[in-house]
Amino acid sequence: MGRYRFLEDIALADCAIDIEGSTLDDLFETAAAALAELMVDPATVPITVDRTIALEARRLDLLFHDWLSELIFLKDRDRQVFTRAAAHVNGDGPFRLEAELQGGPIDPERTALGSDPKAVTFHQFAVEPSDAGWRARVVIDI
Amino acid sequence: MPQDTLRSRIAQAGDCVWEIPPDARRGMLVPARIYASEALLAQMDQGVFEQVTNVACLPGIERAALCMPDGHWGYGFPIGGVAAFDAASGVISPGGIGFDINCGMRLIRTGLTEEEVRPRLRDLISALFQAVPSGVGARGLVRLSEPEFERVMLEGAGWCVGHGYGWSEDLDHMEGRGCLRGADPAAVSPRALARGMDQLGTLGSGNHYLELQVVGPEGLHDPASARVLGVEQPGQVLVMLHCGSRGFGHQIGTDYLRLFDDVMPRYGLAVRDRELACAPFRSKEGQAYFGAMTAAANTAFANRQVITHRVREVFAKVFETDPGELGLSVIYDVCHNTAKLERHAVEGGTRELVVHRKGATRAFGPGAPDVPDAYREVGQPVIIGGSMETGSALLVGTTRAMAETWGSTAHGAGRTMSRGQAKRQVRGEALIKQMEERGIIVRAASKSGVAEEAGFAYKDLGSVVDVLDRLDISRRVATLTPIGNIKG
Repeated sequence: MGRYRFLEDIALADCAIDIEGSTLDDLFETAAAALAELMVDPATVPITVDRTIALEARRLDLLFHDWLSELIFLKDRDRQVFTRAAAHVNGDGPFRLEAELQGGPIDPERTALGSDPKAVTFHQFAVEPSDAGWRARVVIDI
Repeated sequence: MPQDTLRSRIAQAGDCVWEIPPDARRGMLVPARIYASEALLAQMDQGVFEQVTNVACLPGIERAALCMPDGHWGYGFPIGGVAAFDAASGVISPGGIGFDINCGMRLIRTGLTEEEVRPRLRDLISALFQAVPSGVGARGLVRLSEPEFERVMLEGAGWCVGHGYGWSEDLDHMEGRGCLRGADPAAVSPRALARGMDQLGTLGSGNHYLELQVVGPEGLHDPASARVLGVEQPGQVLVMLHCGSRGFGHQIGTDYLRLFDDVMPRYGLAVRDRELACAPFRSKEGQAYFGAMTAAANTAFANRQVITHRVREVFAKVFETDPGELGLSVIYDVCHNTAKLERHAVEGGTRELVVHRKGATRAFGPGAPDVPDAYREVGQPVIIGGSMETGSALLVGTTRAMAETWGSTAHGAGRTMSRGQAKRQVRGEALIKQMEERGIIVRAASKSGVAEEAGFAYKDLGSVVDVLDRLDISRRVATLTPIGNIKG
């Protein structure tokens, strides 16, 4: 797993995150973990749901945007949070993602709730190579 | 352009009026105008100036890009941003509305006093917390089929009243009677439908809330206007609601921001900030977004209407009295994230404009169209939320607002620190206990969420309202103090 850091001085009302991964797969997986931590205490979500998703976008940054948007969508449509992901990114334009997600239902009696993301913004949005592999910055509207 | 360079170009243009001239930045078509005291201007984050000058570059913008006194940076437009575009030649931009389409405020009066409510306050707050789903993953209590949800998109709060969620007179006291014209369900994606259909009647989280408030001993600033609005005396209890279109609106915002990012080159459009992606209002894409956005706005009215119904049920149960006898009437419901087609005076005539209000409230003055008959003489109610510890304000719109700000005013106080910083200064459980010791009962789905919303994380609302008064774009009527709060 890569690393992520919530940034204090970028978005007062929302959540800015810097994410690093050694590979693109690692970057996408780490971003999913960061988003899950934003929404819930992952330790309070038992792993009872598996699902597979597939996405495609013409640019890598849009694929990353769609990936996080999909996780936010599933939070609302299915009331599920995915705390683990195995991501496989390939292509060179269009870019494709296949991911196996593991998580569980949001249970008001058991799940320690955090923030409720509305959307992935394009504010300071970036996905780019780095010395350590890949990095991304994203601001989530809460 | 470095933002301190923009700040250096700000010149005072009147009492609480500041301008950045069009030559401050390449591409500006009109000035950027910021309404603020000197102190509030100094506090404004640098991004406000960057964003309001970006807005001034958008095609078809009329007169000036505006920022209200509670302005802080957002996505595309600043929060507190207002801009009007010629409907024939201008653009529509999702960044000028926000992801939470028709996030707004509703104020409900009661005939109860604090003295009557205090003995049952804890029961009331507990019952409201059970009755109104809130927080991440909350599910609404109204189960709808797709065709029924389409009717909600088209009829807004009227659908709710027609199906037993509310009183017909509620519709008389809402912006647009709880239903804006122009909704187009066909412009809504299946994803938005799937995401939002199950959330009708949910509160959300973050800075959304359901709050019980009282008029303080010195809280009636304009007793005559207050009486017209249904606020009669100090000690009177009211209910304030702050929420929006939930996942449905958020998805529509996401869908169309992505679409506009792709279509702009087709129309020869380019913006400095991707969050300002736009399309000509009269284009196929512009009209589709307007139709979908309006559908979401109507579901937000419906959302607040269902919650109102639940509030009445709870009060009736706790007080063992019919809600009509408890005087639980809607004072007003206002949007603070929309784009609306409105006629305004421009260059000696009137023209149809697409007025974007992003974290800004409509504030039509006495005699203006769409002000309810009962309020026609005093002006449209304006409901401005403060923090859960310090209180909120009830104002009315003015004739001056129509001339100066396209009939617009501020919507809140704005944050002074990040959510993370607030959580490091206080734990949610400790804050809830402190507030209870001060007489404010809080129930929340997320304790960390409570800490994030601490009063010290917000600007002083009084200083924002003072500026609105000085500018005469809204007139202060009453100050409301919290006694109970439900959060997601």
